[in-house]
Amino acid sequence: MTESYLPVLILLGVSIVNAVGMLAAAHILNPRRATPEKDMPYESGMVPLGDTRARFSVKFYTIAISFIIFDLEAIFLIPWAVEMRTLGWEGFIAVSIFMVILVVGFAYEWRRGGLDWE
Amino acid sequence: MNDLSLTAFVITSSVKVFAVFSILLASVALMTLVERRLAGFIQDRLGPNRVGPFGILQPAADGIKNILKEETMPATANRFFFVLAPALAIIPGVITFAVVPFAAPLPTPWGTVDMVVADIPIGILYILALSSLGVYGLFLAGWASNNKYAFLGGLRSASQMISYEVALGLSIVPVLFLAGNVTLTQIVWQQQQLGFWYILPLSLAFILFVISAFAETNRLPFDLPEAESELVTGYHTEYSGMKFSMFFIAEYSHILTASALMATLFLGGWSIPFWSGDHLLWYEGMLISGFTAAGEPIAAQGAWWKTILTFLSFAVKTAFFIGVFMWVRWTLPRFRYDQVMHLGWKVMLPVSLVYVMLLAGTILVLDQVGVEGFLFGAILTAVSGACTLIFVFVVDSDRLITGSAVSGTSREVRSPVRQVRRPALEPRTGAGVGQ
Repeated sequence: MTESYLPVLILLGVSIVNAVGMLAAAHILNPRRATPEKDMPYESGMVPLGDTRARFSVKFYTIAISFIIFDLEAIFLIPWAVEMRTLGWEGFIAVSIFMVILVVGFAYEWRRGGLDWE
Repeated sequence: MNDLSLTAFVITSSVKVFAVFSILLASVALMTLVERRLAGFIQDRLGPNRVGPFGILQPAADGIKNILKEETMPATANRFFFVLAPALAIIPGVITFAVVPFAAPLPTPWGTVDMVVADIPIGILYILALSSLGVYGLFLAGWASNNKYAFLGGLRSASQMISYEVALGLSIVPVLFLAGNVTLTQIVWQQQQLGFWYILPLSLAFILFVISAFAETNRLPFDLPEAESELVTGYHTEYSGMKFSMFFIAEYSHILTASALMATLFLGGWSIPFWSGDHLLWYEGMLISGFTAAGEPIAAQGAWWKTILTFLSFAVKTAFFIGVFMWVRWTLPRFRYDQVMHLGWKVMLPVSLVYVMLLAGTILVLDQVGVEGFLFGAILTAVSGACTLIFVFVVDSDRLITGSAVSGTSREVRSPVRQVRRPALEPRTGAGVGQ
């Protein structure tokens, strides 16, 4: 069974070599004639204003936390899904309880506006 | 899973890896041309047709041009991550393809070779794990560029891709109900045995999967990370030359893999419709075509022509979905960002949760009653069809996704009572422009 992972490693190796090769070939072949203007970050042709590492909306952060919860939920559902027909109603009820707990949290987040982007 | 010796296994695996890798990159090159030609035809023009017959050498010309172009890098950029990002973007798109079976097993003098790069027992979990790695390349590109447009594009892509990954994972769950296994060869086999491609009994899962796949690949109508009208080109604003084209190779290889997955999970993979001669599976060390009524396996033989025919079937299905990707790109306008998030969290997630539980209940009831075979598939098709109709009706009626300029239902928007408030024009004083 373990050897069935071997082709994945070969493919990973080939694609890493390919990616590095592309970068290296371009690095060797392309000209480099830098000027101070060329090295500026592009901001519609203006001299950049302020710092890029500024603060950004906290929404992105709450989305990331919600993602962790619900992606884990999806992953937890997969073992049940595979054996769903043998586990029968007992498994169904167990997963329903698990779902209800998560849906309560989801409903709370929704009501508190955690998913709004107005 | 097969009867090869270890040496033969290593050699055939290497051959398959190189063949699949070359075909993938060649298809990606061809897809860039097809996309531009198709865009041309949709917009009533010809598209690039000067380099070689029908413009077939255009991708090669583009590649040579890109590799010889000067690459700029902002002086304020984080150099290491700036170079790392395109490499990180391109690798997951290619290696996700490893678990997709693309043809029936091929008999060779050294044993029967499975036509899948790696038939690993974790199948779908491998796909879910790797497809989410693509976001690293995009987000790192945006962050390392130290450019405001690129940063916003990277932020958007990260947020959007993780939002739709939830729905993507949940839309695969119904497939596992029916297949009972996470390896993709088994999923193809179960579809052949049921006699239904999963697109029929799991139609809503298919629609959710397609929507999530569009969002995951950052294609229109979900191309917010590179929205030209707002963010120049988003996360790859600062990239030029070969690094720029690496992002495009990554995007197209993601499209290719997503199309191959749609074909495998919902359209029977490499199986040929209405023909049972291609039913082949490894079962306890032998190749079988099915089970007798008493549960005895029926031995079967692969053939080189079966491999070629099934490969063609797989290629046609995948090409169809690639065509849909391109067709949609030149048909639909882009969402607004709040609409993307609204659709992902407030529509796709609840709908997929309800659908998963509904379908699980239906299957358990059918099992308890003892319905099997064709009737089982037909009843599931009816249930899913009803769910799909409700879903399409609800989404389509303007209640969940509002128009881009006004909010409210279509009735409110069209009503004559609603008036556009416009600031009163100031009477012009002075001499006009320039003051």
